[in-house]
Amino acid sequence: MKPAPFDYVRARDMTEALDALAQHGSDARIIAGGQSLLPMLNMRLAKPAVLIDIMGIAGLDQVRREGELIVVPAGMRQAALLRRPGLASEQPLLAAALPWLGHYQTRARGTVCGSTAHADPSAEIPLCLVALDGEIRLRSRKKQRRLKASAFFAGMMVTEKADDELIEAVAFSAARPGTGYAFNEVARRHGDFAIVGCAAVVEAGQIHLAVAGVADKPERRSWPRLDGSALDDALNAFAWELDAREDLHATARLRRDLVRNLGRQTIEEALRCLA
Amino acid sequence: MPRLSAAARHRIGFTLNGKPVSVEAEPRLLATDALRHGIGATGTHVGCEHGVCGACTILIDGVPARACLTLAVQLEGREVTTVEGLAPAQDRLSVMQAAFRRHHALQCGFCTAGILISLEAFLREEPDPSEQALREVVGGHLCRCTGYTPIIAAALEAAAILRQPITTSTDAESAHV
Amino acid sequence: MKAETILWTGQSVERVEDAALLTGRGRFIDDLGVRPGTLHAAILRSPHAHADILAVDATAAAAMPGVAAIVTGRDLARLTTPMVAGLKIAAENWPMAVERVRYVGEPVAIAIAETRYLAEDALDAVEVEYAPLKAVVDPMASLRPDAPVLHEKAGANLVSDRHFRYGDPEAAFAAADRTVSVKIAYPRNTGAPMETFGVVAEYDPHEDVYDILANFQGPFSIHTVLARALKVPGNRLRLRMPPESGGSFGVKQGVAPYAVLIGVAARITGRPVKWIEDRLEHLGAAVAATNRVTTLKAAVSADGRISALDWDQVEDCGAYPRAPEPATLYRMHGNMTGAYDIRHVAMRNRVVLTNKAPTGLVRGFGGPQVYFALERLMQRIAVELGLAPLDVIRRNLIPADAFPYRTATGALYDSGDYQQALELAVSGRLAELERRRDEARAAGRHYGIGFAAAVEPSVSNMGYITTVLTAEERRKAGPKNGAQATATISIDPVGSVSVHAASTPQGQGHRTVLAQVVADIFGLPHREVRVIADLDTGKDAWSIASGNYSSRFAAAVAGAAQLAATRLRDKLALIAARQLKVEPGQIGFAGGAVFAKGNPDKTIPFGRIAALSHWSPALLPEGVDQTIRETAFWTPPELTAPTEGDEINSSLCHGFIFDMAGVEVDPVSGKARIDRYVTMHDCGRVLHPGMVEGQIRGGFAQALGASFYEELAYAEDGAFLTGTFADYLLPTATETPDIEILHIETPSPFTPLGTKGVGEGNCMSTPVCLANAIADALNVAEINLPLTPAKLAALAARPEPPQPEASRSAAPVGRPGDRALRGEGEAKVAAAPEAIWAMLLDVDTLASIIPGCHGVQKLSDTHFKAEVTLGVGPVKGRYKAEIKLSDLDEPRGATLTGSVSGALGTGGGAGRVTLTPDGAGGTVIGYTYEAAVGGKVAAIGGRLLDGAAKAIIGQFFAALARKAAPGRPGVLARLRARLSGRRA
Repeated sequence: MKPAPFDYVRARDMTEALDALAQHGSDARIIAGGQSLLPMLNMRLAKPAVLIDIMGIAGLDQVRREGELIVVPAGMRQAALLRRPGLASEQPLLAAALPWLGHYQTRARGTVCGSTAHADPSAEIPLCLVALDGEIRLRSRKKQRRLKASAFFAGMMVTEKADDELIEAVAFSAARPGTGYAFNEVARRHGDFAIVGCAAVVEAGQIHLAVAGVADKPERRSWPRLDGSALDDALNAFAWELDAREDLHATARLRRDLVRNLGRQTIEEALRCLA
Repeated sequence: MPRLSAAARHRIGFTLNGKPVSVEAEPRLLATDALRHGIGATGTHVGCEHGVCGACTILIDGVPARACLTLAVQLEGREVTTVEGLAPAQDRLSVMQAAFRRHHALQCGFCTAGILISLEAFLREEPDPSEQALREVVGGHLCRCTGYTPIIAAALEAAAILRQPITTSTDAESAHV
Repeated sequence: MKAETILWTGQSVERVEDAALLTGRGRFIDDLGVRPGTLHAAILRSPHAHADILAVDATAAAAMPGVAAIVTGRDLARLTTPMVAGLKIAAENWPMAVERVRYVGEPVAIAIAETRYLAEDALDAVEVEYAPLKAVVDPMASLRPDAPVLHEKAGANLVSDRHFRYGDPEAAFAAADRTVSVKIAYPRNTGAPMETFGVVAEYDPHEDVYDILANFQGPFSIHTVLARALKVPGNRLRLRMPPESGGSFGVKQGVAPYAVLIGVAARITGRPVKWIEDRLEHLGAAVAATNRVTTLKAAVSADGRISALDWDQVEDCGAYPRAPEPATLYRMHGNMTGAYDIRHVAMRNRVVLTNKAPTGLVRGFGGPQVYFALERLMQRIAVELGLAPLDVIRRNLIPADAFPYRTATGALYDSGDYQQALELAVSGRLAELERRRDEARAAGRHYGIGFAAAVEPSVSNMGYITTVLTAEERRKAGPKNGAQATATISIDPVGSVSVHAASTPQGQGHRTVLAQVVADIFGLPHREVRVIADLDTGKDAWSIASGNYSSRFAAAVAGAAQLAATRLRDKLALIAARQLKVEPGQIGFAGGAVFAKGNPDKTIPFGRIAALSHWSPALLPEGVDQTIRETAFWTPPELTAPTEGDEINSSLCHGFIFDMAGVEVDPVSGKARIDRYVTMHDCGRVLHPGMVEGQIRGGFAQALGASFYEELAYAEDGAFLTGTFADYLLPTATETPDIEILHIETPSPFTPLGTKGVGEGNCMSTPVCLANAIADALNVAEINLPLTPAKLAALAARPEPPQPEASRSAAPVGRPGDRALRGEGEAKVAAAPEAIWAMLLDVDTLASIIPGCHGVQKLSDTHFKAEVTLGVGPVKGRYKAEIKLSDLDEPRGATLTGSVSGALGTGGGAGRVTLTPDGAGGTVIGYTYEAAVGGKVAAIGGRLLDGAAKAIIGQFFAALARKAAPGRPGVLARLRARLSGRRA
């Protein structure tokens, strides 16, 4: 289990990284934390001709606040975001979800943007981005653009990122007053990709529920402040709409049940935070 | 821009357990192979090469990393710690290593290096961890022999010993996790 | 005088092994240096479950830089013979496919190069042409007359069918009040040691000697299999084991076929060759425990007393019955009645072959399969008769005064007091469990209590495997029996003591225990006794039963060491008696001294007496030849060959386990929480309590994996699905609860130290104890492992809320176990059906619309070949594709059949395309497809496949739409691919 050969570019600044990406396109891959990419290289599922390492670029490892947005740049490791002082009040959903992401050891290396680019439909960071209506900031040599999370994720490990683009940063909305947040997940073992992950955001007039692990990308629905059987019906419709996956680790039925039950539980927890 | 060609070997220099070392590496050479077969530090073991089992966990600049998910070229200029760097002297054991021995927290010993490394990093962040916190850290490793309970017991005991005030120079020396 | 009674044995001393392992100084196979010039091997493996190999083209691979050779099955067949198996059947048992592959992961070629990296590069360039055959993975399906036959020479997949009868089972069933039965499909799992296989081989063409280092664990009966396969006498196969081995749990028996492969690679290249198995290879093709379908019936009285059992076992050994199989099916033969006094047994044992990896030793070895059925049956008897499960167990246990107890099927249970063990375990604890259960149930939660009683056999009789043969076949072959154990004690010229044992430890701490045992004999500090446990068949004492399996260390090997040490000590006592001028009977050994008991003046340092044979042999008393080296061999007389009536004492020792668990199931998540787990053991005398506890905890954790997480899963078409640790799930520290361990000790009268094995018991008792608890919690009768959340949630679930009309899609639903990818969709294209039709049959158009196409070759009007690069996300590979069009209905529809193959695996599928005029000059293209993927990508990237199929098919039609109406902007926007690809 050894990687196929590739050239290695140690980019010193963003221009070098973008130039290399422009030159090699789909033959190049960005490496940051490497926690998703290296297994694929070792198994030769991916055989890029060039790896572009962006971890040597200065200034990519500090969270910025842009008004209501928490902007996480490409070099920020998951553990560093989790350790950010005040994260639990700045965005409680992130503080609740990040400990579920892999293990202590993989969070220490894996990056927030890397997990976004990998676009695993069960993953916590894409789920939080979708739940919080976050944005993905893409950059190529020619241009920069921003996509809403719901538009960025296109399918199982497929995104709208073009071959010459990299994710420069992702932005999560910070907690707003009068809004409740909650996160829950069921996985086979602690640290595994979720069978179903639920992220709820509840505002004065609206309930938002985002779900990972069910469809081929994280999906979000919004409803007025339903409760009782109306909420059950809404969740049931959502569960069926997602056309749940069936795989080794869970049946479609279990996934639908979790959307209904864990989804409701998560919404209720978010409501309690609100109260 | 610095570009290392796939077809060539490149000299990569870094610090291993406090000493400067270097190794010849193609870009694709995994850090596990560089450490074990390039440098001869065979204490870091290879159990899965896809980042799950944790046997190859090392510290890079004090932060845990799966060496099998790290390229040798990524070690350039870094401070690397492996299991060979944990004991205070060749003929001694660290507090944690001694606790592992007392508690029979290893059997075949193949996974042990990685677990010791993770605990080394974690106890620096959290000197007084709960059992659950330790279970989650050790949860990033697979051990097929022990059933984990003795590992957790050893880690709890070692953490308690390490929290005691240091009184003599000997203790100071063994205060290395 | 120092008391002789203070013994090291029985104390949890710190292990001598640990300091090296804790500081990174272990010497595992991949930590040892190799000779300069050593080459590295990588193995190409079959992506097909069943296929004929039409051609292997290694020309390009062999020409790559750093590549020394590509070895194929034909080379292997030229230099070796097939490996012999425990069954006499006509199937050829090669360690690498010669003409046909029979399971995914079967070796097909070996690349040997200067580095492992270059060897893997070469594998990517080896071209193999296969003709796929129908595969069978289910053991019951493989029995059907229409099942594809794996080995045509063997005639059928059923390769052994034996009926056994002990006592008068028919009469017992006829007389019984009730018959209770269970049907079990026990899944495949494995030991998954953290260190994988490793082999370093050299061949000397002048002496015709293979020198092979491998982390093999025995049994060394396999040495004879290997020598025969390599076509050398035993003395020309020198097999060496490294000092440390990173766990085995039986599995490292399975490195044996690779010793042949790498030996041949070394012979062909003329250089030493090293191979370290990687984890994907290990999970897919190393060793699996057998999956087994069991129907077990009991004849019972109304009060739950069992008079007879009727076993029907169908054992699945995978694609080749590899030695020592079918041993898994026969290891428990003597103890098929478990802990119970049941005198009448009927049994039918069948062995079948399927298109899955070969099976072999895995911790528990036959016990998990047997006890899951037997102890589920005990619970069902209680439920069906309305009795307390514990009372049914109590009523049937073998009485304490019956030992040694001869079972109906021939085992001689050495010792035990099952009643005492059970009552001690439940005392106080069961009442507390019942209180917790009642509270939980009162609150509407699902809580259950489970029990399991198991007899844990240890020290296998080498003759038990021959029970698969008829008495007549056995007479022809000659009797096989015994369990030869050996140990050697040496004393050097300064009188220090060394021990060598043929026990090949894999982490169990044998060196520490041997030091304790031998130190006690000589009255030495245990740290002064040095133990070497790596084995070299060229130099060391060994026999066919040597090795580390069937929990034989404490009972057999430590006993042999004690015997050897005692022989030496008795001779040393004669020397000392002469020196001290006392009677030999007065001599004692303690505290590093030899002394006359009751006479403190008469004391000599141990070393002086011990070294005398080296320096002053003239002073040896008459009758003492030397005290330099003593090798003891020990085999117990109780282990005799099977009788004419097929009774077999399959193991020497029989420990006892009684487990009790309280488990709660969350009906929403389907996750089970172990609230309490108590395990009571009687393993005879305990030599090192810390290690015994370690064995129990480790066995429990593996059993926990088997219960909830682990399965080596195959699709119906034979694709292997659990090739990584992300899909084959081992329990971690967050899943593994603490347990309560209890002991009683009834020493074995048959072993030198009174010890019995303890390493495997919980793998036998725990899965069924947990299953019984869950069956109790959910009130269900049929329950099979692994108890995944989906399974448990389904058992606990209420009817599902219906799908609202608005969200209803017409996605086809597959059968359970059928993992085919299915989907459908449609696209609107601004061109007439006739134009689309022409495009689908045109080479150039196809070349431009097939995703990632590098060119299409037309073989006929309806048959095309293409080279394509397919990818989804970061996963990308180059494949050869073949496309056929059939059922042509111009211009309304056609069936497309396609297959792709490449380094990442294979895929095949069929789809129906329909072209319907949309009434506005355009066409609605509709399609349905069904596809299956195999090989590496199925094993490691299962979750990716839906996405890949959808994306690729979507790309194809998008390109077709673009091509059909190039000048029409917005056509893509109208591409309404209602893809609903799913794995059913």
